[in-house]
Amino acid sequence: MNTRRGIARACSHSVPSTIRRSLGPIDGSIDTSTDTPDALLADLRATLGPDRARAEPLELALYSRDAGVARGKAAAVCFPRNGYDVAQAVRVAARHDRPFVVRGSGTGLAGGATPLDDPLVIVTTQMNRVLGVDADQRVAWVEPGVLNLDLSREVAHLGLHYAPDPSSQQACTIGGNVGTNAGGPHCLSSGVTSTHVLAVECVLGDGSVAQLGGLEPDIPGYDLRGCFVGSEGTMGIATRVAVRLTPNPPVVRTLLLDFLSIEDAAATVSGIIAAGIVPAALEMMDAEITRAVEDFVGAGYPRDAAAVLLVELDGLPDGVAHQVREVERVGKEHGARTVRVAADEAERALLWKGRKSAFGAIARIAPDYYLHDAVVPRTKLVDVLRQVYAIAAEQQLTMMNVFHAGDGNLHPLIVFDAREAGIWERVERAGDEILAACVAAGGVLSGEHGIGIEKRDAMPLIFSPDDLDAQARLRDAFDPSGRANPQKVLPRGSRCGELVRVPEGTWI
Amino acid sequence: MVALLPDYSELQDAVAAAPAVSPVGGRTHWEVGGPPPAGAVEVSAPSGVVTFDPDDLTVTVNAGTPYAELAAVLAEHGQECALDPRDPAATVGGVLATGLSGHRRLRWGPLRDRVLEVRFVTADGRLVKGGGPTVKNVSGFDLPRLLVGSLGTLGVIARTTLRCQPLPAASVWCTTALDPFAVRAAVLRPACIRFDGATTHVLLEGETADVAAELAAISGTECAKPAWPDAAHRGRISVPPAELRVLLERLDGLGGLGGGGGLRAAGVEWAAEMGVGTVHVAAGAADALVAARDAAEAVGGWLLREQGAPGIDGFGIPLPNVALMRRIAEAFDPTGKCSPGRLPLTPAPVGVPLAGEQSDGS
Repeated sequence: MNTRRGIARACSHSVPSTIRRSLGPIDGSIDTSTDTPDALLADLRATLGPDRARAEPLELALYSRDAGVARGKAAAVCFPRNGYDVAQAVRVAARHDRPFVVRGSGTGLAGGATPLDDPLVIVTTQMNRVLGVDADQRVAWVEPGVLNLDLSREVAHLGLHYAPDPSSQQACTIGGNVGTNAGGPHCLSSGVTSTHVLAVECVLGDGSVAQLGGLEPDIPGYDLRGCFVGSEGTMGIATRVAVRLTPNPPVVRTLLLDFLSIEDAAATVSGIIAAGIVPAALEMMDAEITRAVEDFVGAGYPRDAAAVLLVELDGLPDGVAHQVREVERVGKEHGARTVRVAADEAERALLWKGRKSAFGAIARIAPDYYLHDAVVPRTKLVDVLRQVYAIAAEQQLTMMNVFHAGDGNLHPLIVFDAREAGIWERVERAGDEILAACVAAGGVLSGEHGIGIEKRDAMPLIFSPDDLDAQARLRDAFDPSGRANPQKVLPRGSRCGELVRVPEGTWI
Repeated sequence: MVALLPDYSELQDAVAAAPAVSPVGGRTHWEVGGPPPAGAVEVSAPSGVVTFDPDDLTVTVNAGTPYAELAAVLAEHGQECALDPRDPAATVGGVLATGLSGHRRLRWGPLRDRVLEVRFVTADGRLVKGGGPTVKNVSGFDLPRLLVGSLGTLGVIARTTLRCQPLPAASVWCTTALDPFAVRAAVLRPACIRFDGATTHVLLEGETADVAAELAAISGTECAKPAWPDAAHRGRISVPPAELRVLLERLDGLGGLGGGGGLRAAGVEWAAEMGVGTVHVAAGAADALVAARDAAEAVGGWLLREQGAPGIDGFGIPLPNVALMRRIAEAFDPTGKCSPGRLPLTPAPVGVPLAGEQSDGS
């Protein structure tokens, strides 16, 4: 009851549903003589506490990149304990005319947390409390540093879970998930992060605090919450997040189907959808990754299959039983050699362990990998896969494919040894060609990893100058100072110039 | 390379040339929120389904397409798109611009979750795309969600790509004697739990066997689809669902209006979407809507005027984060020509009573 009361207090607000606490104006006058890393560090320590900010070479190296490949350099790193600290840190950064970059666990793959322009890196991992859980309304307020899987564990005794489940869910934070609008295998039926975030309390670029969204179903005006989710730290820093919790389904069945061709597996995916079934998850792995995973985990994946499908169905007993029969039928019709239905929870966990260990498994093959993320319309999967294999062959690269087949989200994985001369150029060339093939098929640049710095300059592949200009306007409206995670998402030159000055009838 | 689509050039030219524009769809949501801009040039988006590939579970439509037409095209392939406007004559663009979610929100989420890509015409006549056509996408900022509920103030929605879903094998409305607050825990994925103070209606959707099992679990009696409250003056309350119990008691207390005899005698009807926090209110007299708004605001909610009650403010409360919203509006529409007045982006000057504080006396 206490937790319920706590959340009721946290969530019910007097009209309007906005808290824009005044932290006092930011001192706009910048004394350039203090604008050194040492002065920044001293100010941070004075404001947040002596143990809350660091700038030793080891820390700066540690926070120079995320799980992506781009490397930058931070001026200093700080570790706020709460939203007030975050607001203070943002204000300190402003006093020293420095940008700031928010970072959770650093599991991002697109370089979204890579520090550029000598920023202050604000690390949220110590803000890791679940503030309140309302089991009746299925809502939790959490701090941004709460780990994704920890949240599900915390509410498991209530028969609830947090639905988005990125592969890094043991390590990634809710705040980071909000930043990248993270997905995961189970987002096929339940939707990605934005679907599960009801409200975000955040610190904006000017150090003010705002609540975007709310627990009420509708908020008058624009969906600022929707803009913030997936903005990769360019619109501010989330300090508290209200997330929707999902009831655990009474019955879950996991099936493994194996095929002698990728085409058959893809046709089965389409056949399942055509049968009116949207599974909870629908994952595909190609021959190479299936063998690698089987050698690593021993889950009983057929080592000679050209492709395997992992299908999860959940719901009520009769409906799930019916859907299991349908998936078996569709699979057999499209040439599935075997359809294995996990007999119990242990077998189900083992099948998933295979899928989720994909990236551990490849470490046994080569020391380095480059993981792509792109989405194509589901109907274009086979065409694009053929091209992806051809690109890998041409560049003489080892390529594996593990992906969310149900929503057309491909994850081609290039495995290599970075010590090999000239290999990076080939890996990058293959990456560019894969992206171009996906875009040509009507796809998009990223399904769940984000744009960050990695794909920033590819944005013009799918967006016109006018499209990019509109996004730049939104970003600038949120953060006129431009201090929030500069140089990310939008390529240079996205801003078309002042709209009102354009003569009528002119196209920019 | 993104080509400009010639189909929209007429719309683009019309928007660029007009000193002020007001997008028009089916006029089914015409009175929602702020007053229709006086003197603005009315513009309409083209109609018709552009592409529909059932295997992708997505459909691309011109914004002027009536929902009924879209639903018919999808149904031919056993699919639907859960926009669920009250009036199927509403256009897709109109539904998106007003942002009013349908009655199956408990199961399928808010309207904004259905929108994958939007193309809209900016104040100066440019055609801009936001989002992408695939069911999953985090490429760039989420302009589609920004446009949902923007009431035409950021531009004119020209076309959109929406997420579809298979039609459920079974779809059954029933009544139940269960406590309306207890139904949600008794049903795995109810599509709607509707409570009007007297009767609890539940919409069950899914596999045939599951619907039968859940019907039995709540001792439901199959019934016809219930109507939603309708009268000359109509609005929807939005409160955190945890506050519904208190709010509904207060709404019943409004029965004293019109000289006692209960709510219905006073010509006030309401129906709540349990678990969502939306309460639809309709009344024969505008002051009853004002009273319902007061009750909503007392528990941290608000009431959106949807129809009638011309004398009361469209929203009743200031827009939250209005300064930020205004910056966004000005960024997209620097001269304020897009649906001026539809959203109260400029707060009323101090000392002037909000229109909502007066009754129109009708």
